[in-house]
Amino acid sequence: MATLLESLASGFSGEGARRAALESALRDGLPHARTESWKYTSLRQLERRAFSPAPLPHAGVDAALVADIPAPRLVFANGRFDAGLSDLSGLPDGVRLLTMAQALAGDDPREYNVLGRSYERADEVFARLNAALADDGAVLRVAEGVAVAAPVHLVFIGLPAEGDLAWHSRHLIELRRGASATVIEHHLAGGDHAHLGNAIAHVHVAANATLRHARVQDESARATLVTRTDAVLARESSYRRLDLELGGALSRHELNVRLEGERAELVANGVLLASGRRHVDTRLGIDHIARDTRCELGWRGMAAGRGRAVFHGGIQIREGADGTDAQLSNKNLLLSDTAEIDTQPVLVIHADEVTAAHGATVGQLDDNAMFYLRSRGMPEPEARAMLTAAFVREPLVSVVETPDLRERLEARLDRAIAAQALA
Amino acid sequence: MTMLKIENLHATVGGDREILKGLSLDVKPGEVHAIMGPNGAGKSTLGNIVAGREGYDVTAGRVEFDGADLLALEPEERAAAGVFLAFQYPVEIPGVNNTYFLRSALNAQRKARGEEELDSMQFLKLVREKLGVLHLDDRLLHRGVNEGFSGGEKKRNEIFQMAVLEPKLAILDETDSGLDIDALRQVADGVNALRSPDRAFLVITHYQRLLEYIKPDFVHVLADGRIVESGGPELALQLEAHGYEWLRERKVPEAVA
Repeated sequence: MATLLESLASGFSGEGARRAALESALRDGLPHARTESWKYTSLRQLERRAFSPAPLPHAGVDAALVADIPAPRLVFANGRFDAGLSDLSGLPDGVRLLTMAQALAGDDPREYNVLGRSYERADEVFARLNAALADDGAVLRVAEGVAVAAPVHLVFIGLPAEGDLAWHSRHLIELRRGASATVIEHHLAGGDHAHLGNAIAHVHVAANATLRHARVQDESARATLVTRTDAVLARESSYRRLDLELGGALSRHELNVRLEGERAELVANGVLLASGRRHVDTRLGIDHIARDTRCELGWRGMAAGRGRAVFHGGIQIREGADGTDAQLSNKNLLLSDTAEIDTQPVLVIHADEVTAAHGATVGQLDDNAMFYLRSRGMPEPEARAMLTAAFVREPLVSVVETPDLRERLEARLDRAIAAQALA
Repeated sequence: MTMLKIENLHATVGGDREILKGLSLDVKPGEVHAIMGPNGAGKSTLGNIVAGREGYDVTAGRVEFDGADLLALEPEERAAAGVFLAFQYPVEIPGVNNTYFLRSALNAQRKARGEEELDSMQFLKLVREKLGVLHLDDRLLHRGVNEGFSGGEKKRNEIFQMAVLEPKLAILDETDSGLDIDALRQVADGVNALRSPDRAFLVITHYQRLLEYIKPDFVHVLADGRIVESGGPELALQLEAHGYEWLRERKVPEAVA
């Protein structure tokens, strides 16, 4: 059996469904190299590593890490809730923001029992491990018709510890009919560490509700993150999402979105930065189930050094989902001979009268634009930095409408590019 | 004293095809030189080589700017020395703010020259001064560089950048192409406002039309990689009347050889 799984299972004392999930995970093991969905991301190194469960309570967290993240915010360190740094002020009536542990310990645990809920491909190994081992996470529920003006910040900090830790988190974001909210996930490093985080977020956007959701993954350069977001969109709902993959040694994110209600809309963009020996893998599984649904997906990747960016853009348009409009674009910059970019748009259409387009490119910086900037007096390194910054900023434009937030996110991107010497 | 001195310039593109075949030209401060010629004569190549675009090989001859070997300089060094090329096809760069870019470019040039950089207030003041001359909508300044600009807006943006950067030598590469008469006039007004005893212009054009608005001191006809005829503004009118075919018959023997 793999060292990884053995270490994760050690000390487990759960019962029932949790035990069953763990046992099946141990029995089936990690995905084989021939497994299509893991074809470009090898788990062989991870398989040989051992992790200890993140201890309770964790060591103190430097408040400076969250100083520029306003309330309302929930803060977790190594997967454990940090009540001291969290701040729930500024939430209107009709909003519940709490931790999964609090929800599970509450009066009606069934209401929050997302650990037992069924969702697609819940039998995959990391989903099973999560079902068995997740004991905390963030829960946000917005009642019918409630508009939450202030963005809700969910902050996940990885802290150095003795040895490598593993944590498993389960999150739930639920917007009832006509509600609207903005959620920003920050995944930050509180120092150099090589922990493993395994997170699943369930997102439910009810009819006529609007969710704006940004996820900024800027974890330690040695961290391993396996993340899955499963969203369900009801009739005429809107989900606008941005994923910035800036850190981590290995970061795998699966974004699965089911457009179940008519005229539901998904606009999701992302940026993948892979420098050094970093491996960033984003896998989209967009499922158009109802008619007249729309998705617009724009991902940009940049790979340098021996980095590797993997993008799989899967869109399925089911039988009966007529009138669907699906647009996918993935543009990449390959900045070194030893870096690698694997991009794979996959469009499967079973419906009629659909509009669907996908395009993927891998290239270098535009010579013409470089010469234009230099002919105006910009030295080559500055011109290069300006063009690369512009290239990765593009995905922000259509999904982040608030200028203030956009500027903050752009600054994060610029910092990551500078730190990784990508320009 | 000569500002730009081009001597017997030979250049190839793509490794073998010779585009310039012995071009010579002297430009002094304050002068406006028009370079006319049929398509494929090498007009744009000339502008690109002076500004430093990659992809050309100079196989013989030399280009001096204020006495220095221009071809040894990087494009940004040429810009800092005072060379400006207004592109025939200005490049759209989404995500790079027009104003931010221009300020960075100006400050990079100033830094290279050992001058004080401008802070944002000083830069804004300069921009306001220059905007008036060009009838350029200041909303365009807050967009990406040339992003979504009309053809006329792009060309006026080139002239606006030129006005802010204040080069010694401005090369206008077919700045009139694709412009209607109003836009052409605005561009010409912008250029004329920048004429000064210290500044020279190289106006590359296929048509005489632009020269009605920007009066050149000299007109040169470039054909098959070299200058085959030079004269005053009347030469442009003759070309307009007779076409480039007329010229072919008049080619001087040594130019043909």
